[in-house]
Amino acid sequence: MNISRRRFIQASGLATAVGVTGAPFIAMGATKKVVIVGGGTGGATAAKYIRMGDPSIEVTLIEPNRHYHTCYMSNEVLSGERTLDSIRFGYSGLGRHGVKVVHDMVTGIDAKARTVTTQGGQTFGYDRCIVAPGIDFRWDTIEGYDAGVAEKIPHAWKAGPQTALLRRQLESMRDGGTVVICPPGNPFRCPPGPYERASQIAHYLKHHKPKSKIIILDPKPKFSKMGLFVQGWKDLYGYETDNSMIEWRGSAQGSNDNAVVKVDAGSMSVTTGFDDVVKADVLNVIPNQKAGKIAFAAGLTNDSGWCPIDLHTFESTIHPNIHVIGDASIAKGMPKSGYAANSEAKVCAMSIVALLNGHEPGTPAYVNTCYSIVGKDYGISVAAVYKLAEDGSKITKVSGGLTPKNASPEARKREVAYAHSWFTNITSDIFG
Amino acid sequence: MRIKTLVLTAAAATTLIVGCSTAEKAVDTATKAASSAAAKVAPKAKPKLMNGASAEMLAVTCAGCHGTNGASNGPATPTIAGLEEEYFVDVMKAFKSGDRYSTIMQRIAKGYSDDEIAAMAGYFSKMPFKPALNQTARSETGARLHEEYCEKCHEDGATDPEGIVLAGQWVPYINWTMWDFANGVSQINSKKMKKRFEKMIAEHGKKSITELVAFYGSRSK
Repeated sequence: MNISRRRFIQASGLATAVGVTGAPFIAMGATKKVVIVGGGTGGATAAKYIRMGDPSIEVTLIEPNRHYHTCYMSNEVLSGERTLDSIRFGYSGLGRHGVKVVHDMVTGIDAKARTVTTQGGQTFGYDRCIVAPGIDFRWDTIEGYDAGVAEKIPHAWKAGPQTALLRRQLESMRDGGTVVICPPGNPFRCPPGPYERASQIAHYLKHHKPKSKIIILDPKPKFSKMGLFVQGWKDLYGYETDNSMIEWRGSAQGSNDNAVVKVDAGSMSVTTGFDDVVKADVLNVIPNQKAGKIAFAAGLTNDSGWCPIDLHTFESTIHPNIHVIGDASIAKGMPKSGYAANSEAKVCAMSIVALLNGHEPGTPAYVNTCYSIVGKDYGISVAAVYKLAEDGSKITKVSGGLTPKNASPEARKREVAYAHSWFTNITSDIFG
Repeated sequence: MRIKTLVLTAAAATTLIVGCSTAEKAVDTATKAASSAAAKVAPKAKPKLMNGASAEMLAVTCAGCHGTNGASNGPATPTIAGLEEEYFVDVMKAFKSGDRYSTIMQRIAKGYSDDEIAAMAGYFSKMPFKPALNQTARSETGARLHEEYCEKCHEDGATDPEGIVLAGQWVPYINWTMWDFANGVSQINSKKMKKRFEKMIAEHGKKSITELVAFYGSRSK
């Protein structure tokens, strides 16, 4: 509370001087400018909601790609339940909200001069900047795996061509083959994602290559929605029977027994911390993660490799006037999910609209809802409503929880329909 | 600090009683005693939370599932834009209490105070209702059933924005909600509606729900 109040006063000296008349900057002929770096879930949502909150603010969104593929629902592309096109979104919707979309790569942010520079040689000045770069990979944590090898052995943790590659490999795999999935250590984007992926691949194999197997080599002792996934795997894929399609090998706390430490692309095998060598027909290695590149270049990260922020406004605690949202931020208490990024973007957008109009940011409100589709008519979810702790220390869950373990088949079926509705609605909320 | 003291004290006490030969067991017992004592002595402190979020701030968090400004693009999640205020409040409270069955809404509704629910109700009631693109064929039987049992409260073919709009809602949602009423999974909290709903089922059977849903789902504008 104290921190954001102090920042607010520092940042909005001019606006405060003008007083509470409502539209100080416009009256003075100076357009308020926000530059957003990154057009994923967080960045695109923030762009739209700033414009909805105050159409007098000039919003420029800088994103190298012409289209964005959502990571959420990309596991359904792997199983063949949906097309890659159905998770692909453009930026014309943001254009209709008056967002200026620039397709270029941001290479530098000067926090003192308040400018953003791009690979294409453009410079943009800002009053407030939002950095939403998503994740980057810690390639150095797995021997023999890097961006080049990922062209053959996909991570598919940024959707698009990587998703298409993994799908093609699953399609061309022989019946009786082994798919090896190597989830990352915490914290990472979409905590239930690797396990939904295993489920969706199992769904595909069950119907097309029933002699095949999936092995999950996990550096963790447990994972998100674990009880529900295990139950679903038992219900659908013979989990823990001799005929189980999925085998999960976890690592005890503090051990790396089943963590992948080495990839051998030539023999399509991985080596675990226990020195087990596991051969695969299709290999999906999802490395450990850190904030996206530009966050490092702009000096917004701390030793953890993620960006510390004021949880009230998402303003960086390192550089004033720069906000960091989504997976790259340390949003203490919230997971790195698409819904969280969307929700954080709105808190940030409303704070920025307030600040640029000389008001104090209002009380924030946050929500996360995360569906996983385990198989046909089999949806599970986790949800949470959060409030900010008064001392600003944590985004604190006030209610929520998991799908009940004893949910009826009818309930699980409805959760699939609601999961698909969630996808339709959140993507139109972001890009529409 | 206090917990640490407890561990030492408990360990010392147990060691005194059982002697040194079973020191390992003593430590184990002491740890258990300390952890149960810690649970009693220091319940997890709940931090004070910031309250007073604006109606808009609360409402925008719903859009991820219910669409921007509460207008859902379907195929199942209901539109909450344009819902009559009192109805919004009643349904949220019914989710909270469990009177209204839900997959996920009970978990979410419990996160909001009465004041916050009222604020969201006010916000969404002012948003325009956009009929769903259901592409459902209109049921004339449904239209007649509506006229006989529902029109008195859900006026103008359940399109009256001053009342509770049913026509143009997403079909799976409206279908499940009515079946949950019929099967007793959800309670109908309005006495008047309960009576009429039960009368319709008694006189025309549960298949009347399907006909009604087809009538409400067929609204296109």
